[in-house]
Amino acid sequence: MSAEVEETLKRIQTHKGVIGTIVVNAEGNTTLITSTKVDYAGLLHQLTMKARSTVRDLDPQNDLTFLRIRSKKHEIMVAPDKEYLLIVIQNPSE
Amino acid sequence: MEIVHVYTKKRNEFGRQCNFSDRPAELHVDILPDPSLASNFIERDPCDIPIQCTQEMSEHEVNTERFESDTRGINHVEGGWPKDVNPQEMEQTIRFRKKVEKDEHYFSTIMQLGSNMEHCIKQNNAINIYQEYFEEEEVVEESEEQPSAKTINVFRDPNEIKRTATCLSWHPDGSCKLAVAYSSLGFQNISPDMSYDSYIWDIESPNKPEMTLKPVSLLVCLEYNPKDSHILVGGSYNGQIAYWDTRKGSQPVEMSTIEHSHRDPVYKVIWLQSKTGTDTFSASTDGQVLWWDIRKMSEPTERLVLDPNKKGNLDNALGAISLEFETTMPTKFMVGTEQGLVVSCNRKAKTPAEKIVCTYSGHHGPIYALQRNPFFPKNFLTVADWTARIWSEDIKESSIMWTKYHMAYLSDGCWSPVRPSVFFTVKMDGTLDVWDFLFKQNDPTLSLKVCDEALYSLRVQDNGRFLACGSQLGTATLLEISPGLCTLQRNEKALATAMFERETKREKILEARHREMRLKERSRSEQSKDEDTKEGDGEESVEELATRTEAEFYEIVEAELKKRAKEQEKKDPVFQR
Repeated sequence: MSAEVEETLKRIQTHKGVIGTIVVNAEGNTTLITSTKVDYAGLLHQLTMKARSTVRDLDPQNDLTFLRIRSKKHEIMVAPDKEYLLIVIQNPSE
Repeated sequence: MEIVHVYTKKRNEFGRQCNFSDRPAELHVDILPDPSLASNFIERDPCDIPIQCTQEMSEHEVNTERFESDTRGINHVEGGWPKDVNPQEMEQTIRFRKKVEKDEHYFSTIMQLGSNMEHCIKQNNAINIYQEYFEEEEVVEESEEQPSAKTINVFRDPNEIKRTATCLSWHPDGSCKLAVAYSSLGFQNISPDMSYDSYIWDIESPNKPEMTLKPVSLLVCLEYNPKDSHILVGGSYNGQIAYWDTRKGSQPVEMSTIEHSHRDPVYKVIWLQSKTGTDTFSASTDGQVLWWDIRKMSEPTERLVLDPNKKGNLDNALGAISLEFETTMPTKFMVGTEQGLVVSCNRKAKTPAEKIVCTYSGHHGPIYALQRNPFFPKNFLTVADWTARIWSEDIKESSIMWTKYHMAYLSDGCWSPVRPSVFFTVKMDGTLDVWDFLFKQNDPTLSLKVCDEALYSLRVQDNGRFLACGSQLGTATLLEISPGLCTLQRNEKALATAMFERETKREKILEARHREMRLKERSRSEQSKDEDTKEGDGEESVEELATRTEAEFYEIVEAELKKRAKEQEKKDPVFQR
């Protein structure tokens, strides 16, 4: 089972432009880092929680499915779940 | 039938309490219906009666007190580890991590999230969502829109006693800050509770000023140093000049000494172009223009007395209200005076007499604003009394273009830094006028009522898009004008040049004509004087002149009245009979 997980994550990492991947658990600590971007974990965890609570405040039956932050240098994509967060940093195609 | 009831009471019974007693009902009057009266009335059929079947509502308004919010943040660096895991110990953290990775839930979650993520990653790789499409097509800037301006932010004086916002200055880099000088220009209007502070506002946060400047006396004018954005110089009500460094706090770094400063409020202070970037000059209604180096504020480096007779006599001097200095012409500068004259001066003249080059007259009141056109430095704008005038340096007798006389006094004005034909003025009735003389000369292109009280100052930002105006109650309003008024139109420079040249030429011709007429008059009066002396009359004394003028005046009035009476007769011949 873990081999599949490994394979999925590896596939994600080898996509064009992907700089780093992080998996964060509900408490905010990282379980997998593939680049020296520890700071992302704590900050993005808080941001995702805030974004999710905003979406739910606007419509209680709604929920956050994906969060994308596009900045000048790269794009941060966060896929949230009840317990974990999958964060990928990618350099979009330019 | 008269209905009367007689009530009698003995005099000695007055004042006694009322004793009521019961008695049976008595019929006083019985009016029976009289059908003959019905003939006085007409029956109305149908009768219109409005009825409404709705809920009765009442209207209430509630406004909460302004909610002041502040942003705070915490940075989460490391944490979230369960109690038994010590985050410092690598072993424990690794073990914890491994344990989590073995979790069932982990697998399924990652698989699902992974597929989502892959989709987005592939999307990103496939297409650039921010790509500029249709870049090659020319953007047709035919702005058919109406010129407009909208208020972005309003900065109110936080003090209880409101003071007038007399001068505004934009921050030189990026224009994200606005320095506003507050003072009270009314004569002896300053109360002891009035705060002397002036503020620097960040244009994004109108609730609280970013920085306070605490001078010794109210600041009448304030300017940012264009070379060093931390330094500001201010001229105060008591005549002193002070300069601040925003890195060093609210107190002025240095102030000029009272003995060597102005004797009247300093109405305008401008930074000069110099290698050190520390030179300024200031003007005040005491008739002096002083040059200062801010490193040494104990004494002005130079002084000029605005004496029109060029004798340096302070008693004759004209009070200066505004200054003008263009960095492209560093040796020349202009002063606008209280008496309505614009004095053009040369800084590099050797003697004080030569410093004053020439004067331009034509205004009836103090010249509140004076500025050269940034694109055509030979033409300058003056704002005074009820008009705004545009002058050419060569024509000294009158302005080449002027607006009509308005109903309210004009208090400030400036050119747009991006369009040569656009300028702005503010009036005492709280309106802002935007003039575009290539579009319309008689009226402003846009006239906007900013507030109910008088507007005293105006400053346009360097990009020409935003402008700030200050009012009598200390409110500074930030406005954004529509792009049509701040983008250079095609041919605009050429058209403006042509217009200026045409008007200048017209004034030159008029001036020449006037000169000719004056010469003729003079020669004629000289001739008549010769004749007079032959007759032995000599000069008329003032009283004779006065009686003669009075007699002439009454003659004219009589003639006019007679003419009017005649016209009245002609109009109403019927009335006459």
